[in-house]
Order: sequence, then C-alpha cells, then structure tokens
Amino acid sequence: MFWWIIQRDLLLAMRRRSDVLTTLFFFVIVVSLFPLSVGPEMNMLRTMAPGVVWVAALLASMLSLGRMFSSDYQDGTLEQMLISPHSLSILVLGKAFAHWLVSGVPLVLMAPVLGIQYDLSVEALLVLTASLLLGTPVLSLIGGIGAALTLGLRGGGVLVSLLVLPLYIPVLIFGSGAVEASAAGLGYDAHFSLLGAFFLVSLVLAPWAIASSLRISME
Amino acid sequence: MLQGSDLVCVRGDRRLFRDINFSLETGGLMQVGGPNGSGKTSLLRMLCGLSAPAHGEIRWCGETIRSLGETYNRAITYLGHLSGAKDDLTVIENLRISSALAGAEIDEKKARDALQHIGLNGRELLPVKVLSQGQKKRVALARLLTCDTTLWILDEPLAALDIHAIKLIKELLEKHLARGGMVVMTTHQEIDIAAATTQKLLLT
Repeated sequence: MFWWIIQRDLLLAMRRRSDVLTTLFFFVIVVSLFPLSVGPEMNMLRTMAPGVVWVAALLASMLSLGRMFSSDYQDGTLEQMLISPHSLSILVLGKAFAHWLVSGVPLVLMAPVLGIQYDLSVEALLVLTASLLLGTPVLSLIGGIGAALTLGLRGGGVLVSLLVLPLYIPVLIFGSGAVEASAAGLGYDAHFSLLGAFFLVSLVLAPWAIASSLRISME
Repeated sequence: MLQGSDLVCVRGDRRLFRDINFSLETGGLMQVGGPNGSGKTSLLRMLCGLSAPAHGEIRWCGETIRSLGETYNRAITYLGHLSGAKDDLTVIENLRISSALAGAEIDEKKARDALQHIGLNGRELLPVKVLSQGQKKRVALARLLTCDTTLWILDEPLAALDIHAIKLIKELLEKHLARGGMVVMTTHQEIDIAAATTQKLLLT
C-alpha cells in the first residue's frame, strides 16, 4: 500500500507539473537574489552560502506543504484513508515520502549548482548536498504534522508557517553548521550524526503524529 | 451484527439527534430519512468511525467499533457525498487506487469489467474532470463491485443518477443483501429494495 500511495502521488505530480516547478523555481530565485544584492565580495558570499541555501530550502518546502493533504481532504480521499483497513501511519508515511520526492529531491539536486554562485569549494558543495539530502526528509515529515493540524482551516497557510518553522530550527542550525564547519576545515561528523538522529526520530514519531492530527481534523 | 445504542450527536452547541437506537442483522437494510440538516450524514460518519458520538456507542459483532479499529474498517465500505475521485487521474486509475486503498487490490481486467457493468464502457481512459456529475457518481459506485465487504454505508447513492443507473444500483443492493450483506443508506427518493428485513430510521 505504501508504494500505491507513492505511485499515485507521483502520478498526480506528473499531471500537474507546474506545482513541482513552482517550488524549485522559488528556491532557485531566492538563492540567486543574494549574490545579486550583496555584491561580488567572495569572502562574504562564501560565509553566507550555507545559511542562504538552507533558509531558501526551508521556505521552498513550506510552500508545498499546504498541498500535502488539502486536495485529498477536498475530494474525500482522506475520509477513505481514515477508514482504510491499512494502517494510517503507513499511508501518511507514503505521502510524506512522495512529498519529499517531489519537493525535496529537486532542491537537493539543484543545490550544488547554486552553490557555485557562492564560490564554495568542491568539498563544501558535497557537504551542502549531503546535509540537504539528510535534512529535507525531516522537513517533509515535520511539515506533515503542521499540514495535518491546519487542515480545513481558513488561513491555514500562515498558521502552518507559525507552527512548523520553529520546529525546523534545529535542522537549519545543524544543516548549515555542517557546511560552515567543513569550510572552516573542522570536522562535520557531529553535525551529520545529529541530522541523522533528527531524521530517525521524525521517521518514527511523525507518521504517528500526522495520523493522530488527521483524525482530529476530520472529526 | 451492527448495533447503535443511545446515540447522541452534538454539533457546536446544537443537538442534532438523541437517543437513536437500532440493530441491524445479516441481510438487513436500514434507510435513514429526515429533512435536510437533521444529521443523516453525521450519523453515517459515526457509523464509519470517522467521528465519535457525544454519547452512546456503536457495536459490531458485540464489540465497540473504536476497539475493533482496522478490523472493522475491513468489513465496511463507505461512499459519502465526496466521491474520493481525483480529477487529474483517469477513471480506471481512480478505481484501482480507491480499491487498493480499501484493501482490495484489483488488476486492470477486473477494473474494466466493473466499469463496464456500471455503464462507463469506453470512458476508462478519460480523466475524471471531464465526466458529468452522474458519471462521477458511477465511478464512485463502481467500488461496490470490486470490494468484498459486509456492511455498505451509502450516503445519497442515488443522487444525480439516471433511471437506468438507479435500477442498476437497486439490483446491486438486492444482490448484496441476498448474499447476507448489510446496507445502511440515506436517500430522498422512494426506492423499493427487497431485503430480509427493512427498517426505516427517521431523524427529526
């Protein structure tokens, strides 16, 4: 069933490519605006690169959170998911995974290209990509909780940001911290261990939390 | 098999209905009637376990449906006002996905047969958004042909359907009831369905 859900969400994303491209485009534009506005001061760009890329990734993944459950909610598929004999946690894990494939993976792939604008070294680019690869699934999983809680509310989009952005802070700190550490020639193992820990904790707890939030929202 | 006792539904500070009692046995049909806004849909959502009654309990084979959880879900099919069909997917994709979600994975052949039976022959590959209201309803109803559940909970299954489709649904329900299934449905249309036991529940 896990694969059915992923397959379905990817199929839907393929039929509505504009949604996917909006997220990616937003990310590209935001990251590219900084070098243009700050000026070509190499040292400054190098120091701010990890932070800028990570903040842009957070905001880009926020953009698509609203769509995670809202279309299923509107057409009644969500009701059917709640009364499905399959475990709801597995279903929402599938949805979060599909959300990551559609909105997270393109960012990860695009990040090294954008990093070049900031004159990052090859090693820093690799660390940046790896930290995004480990961090973006956490964003989808935590974001899913916010999306589920604000389902069907008016002005849910703003509320999601208020709920979810504070929870993203640890991921942001250690994600961009890893790149800074590698640029400064320090070890970045600790940052990656912590990101990995965040990932595992959210992988275990988030599906359960999303499932409970959905049940509350649908009552 | 299905029993409701002293059910109370509260929406905001309004009480929609109170002290609803019923018991539905194998082969039984229950028609829920009442004016608009009397709580028919709320009652059906309660029976599915989508919302909890403010008071009272619903039992399936002697156990509350809350404690049964996914075991109960395996025994029911619910078709609500919302069709659960994705506009961007084709008719056949929708049917296969919704059946898989309901725990009955079907292959393409079986899906085509079901669609043919329900009168959507030749429209399998159209996206749902180009279909008419009645055809969309048929896509949702096609799930009744692919699922293998005991209790069907149908909210206005006849709305937007033409005479042929209504006759088709009537036959489908009668066949299901004769097999020992159970049906709970709401409808504003007069329809005569043969069943072992028929009861009418009127909400006021």
